[in-house]
Amino acid sequence: MNRAIYARRRAVNSVFLVLSTAAAAIGIVALVLILYALLKNGFGGLSAAVFTENTPAPGSAGGLANAIFGSVLMSLAAVIVGTPVGMLAGTYLAEYGRHSWLAFVIRFVNDILLSAPSILIGLFIYELIVVRMGHFSAYAGMAALAVIVIPVVVRTTENMLLLVPNTMREAAASIGAPRSVSIRAITWRAARAGIVTGVLLAVARISGETAPLLFTALNNQFWSTNPNAPMASLPIVIYQFANSPYDDWHHLAWAGALLITAAVLTLSILARLLESRQR
Amino acid sequence: MVDLALNEAYSAVASREAALKRFGRSDARFRLMTLGAALLVVAIFAGLMMSLISGAWLSLHTFGWGFLTTTIWNPVTEKFGAFAAIYGTLVSSALAMLLAVPLGIGIAIFLTELCPRALKRPVGIAIELLAGVPSIIYGIWGLFVFAPWFQQHVEPWIIDAFANVPYLRDLFAGPPYGIGTFTAALILCIMILPFISAVTRDVFETVPPMQKEAAYGVGCTTWEVMWRIVLPFSRAGVVGGSMLALGRALGETMAVTFVIGNAHRIDPSLLAPGTTISATIANEFTEALGDKYVSSLIALGLILFAITFIVLAAAQLMLKSLERRAGGKAA
Repeated sequence: MNRAIYARRRAVNSVFLVLSTAAAAIGIVALVLILYALLKNGFGGLSAAVFTENTPAPGSAGGLANAIFGSVLMSLAAVIVGTPVGMLAGTYLAEYGRHSWLAFVIRFVNDILLSAPSILIGLFIYELIVVRMGHFSAYAGMAALAVIVIPVVVRTTENMLLLVPNTMREAAASIGAPRSVSIRAITWRAARAGIVTGVLLAVARISGETAPLLFTALNNQFWSTNPNAPMASLPIVIYQFANSPYDDWHHLAWAGALLITAAVLTLSILARLLESRQR
Repeated sequence: MVDLALNEAYSAVASREAALKRFGRSDARFRLMTLGAALLVVAIFAGLMMSLISGAWLSLHTFGWGFLTTTIWNPVTEKFGAFAAIYGTLVSSALAMLLAVPLGIGIAIFLTELCPRALKRPVGIAIELLAGVPSIIYGIWGLFVFAPWFQQHVEPWIIDAFANVPYLRDLFAGPPYGIGTFTAALILCIMILPFISAVTRDVFETVPPMQKEAAYGVGCTTWEVMWRIVLPFSRAGVVGGSMLALGRALGETMAVTFVIGNAHRIDPSLLAPGTTISATIANEFTEALGDKYVSSLIALGLILFAITFIVLAAAQLMLKSLERRAGGKAA
């Protein structure tokens, strides 16, 4: 045995193993640093006023109540619109289309939409709704977010329905259940936890989305419940406040960032728990 | 079914027939609904493409192919060219990939081969949470925490270190701004890292254990097993996953907008402020006055759409072929 070669191979091996451990460490350190910065800067800005008062003018006190309301309302509306469409489309892919060329095309297009830059979806809705209506509105923001929800729900619904064993479908058919009944009463129910996971992930995704809201829902400094008018949302307020030169706006931006991250991470951990419980 | 009912009363037969018809109709209706929803996905995609093309028409008509190669971006004289934004998009994404691909593969190697079993889940989840953090959070963190630190502690050192090295001297020149193309690339790198490592880890786990054990059996080191057995086996998946991540990096808006500096120029130095397509749109769209200005911004969007479409479609096809291979093996 050639000792020099042996030693060299071992040395190369340990160098690369150290490097890949370092890579994992970099990833974890990045996450820790971001969470630390959020907690450090965000907790200071958190107070009851954040939830009860509207976004202030620079120099005066205020909160994020209108932005929180806008984010929750628009995300909810987007999920309520997007989930049924996504579920039905995913059902078509898994139950009816499967291997047809149409299903292949839809799947391909859906996967492109899934990772398409969200700012382009903002431009699309701007052209489609804002230009025609002549003004920015929360409706447009909801539409933009719904367009982001749909592909996420389509993908998870299809994946989850494909996991349902065929014997269940056959059992339903053997007792004479029509296909639509067997899908709704058997396969959807069997895949329910997985589909809920997908919806949760979609909510997590849209609650942090900023780019598609920039020129659809725009922003609103005041409390507004009118969906036909511009509406504030947390990400947009963070964007505006962080880019401003005012310190008190920065504090609010950090508080908002902490709120969003907490919400998003809670949702994705919930989704993960649901998923692991199903298995 | 109707046959079975023959010996029953005629009314029962009729009601069964009616029920069957009703079932048939509701079945057809449900099928049509799912098909309609599925076609809506295609309609959204087509609408996205059409609206970008129609919005960009004026600009493309006015500036022609020169739009792609001109650097001037002047709202006052209404002269627009996309080259600086395209350049910034490609350079920041390429740099981010250059850093994130090796790191992502490293993380995947760590997770599949090195990590103690007890740590596997927590570390995996931590990396995946990194993927869940919204991009605006990366933006605000990059602007307030990372960029100042980078400006004070890293950039002066980089500029000094390369001051006498030809070529690199020009890449890392100029005053340390903190914000700039390089900072944007680093933030992008952290953002896409989890995507690459998640896909890579998943394809690593499809490598048949027999092959790895055989290699260990003939005395390969862990590194040799990864480099010669696992990586070649999972190449298509790693490349496909990386291209998905590239698609994200190219279109990423908020994180980049905060830290790139938004300057419409091409500077040879990576430390200088630049811009990207998405950052330009995010920054200027709501304030754009004049049809040509708006149309040029939408034309930028169309270019971004074309670039990401090519990258994502290629990624899709690669990952699909991998799935087919895995499916063929299982059957």
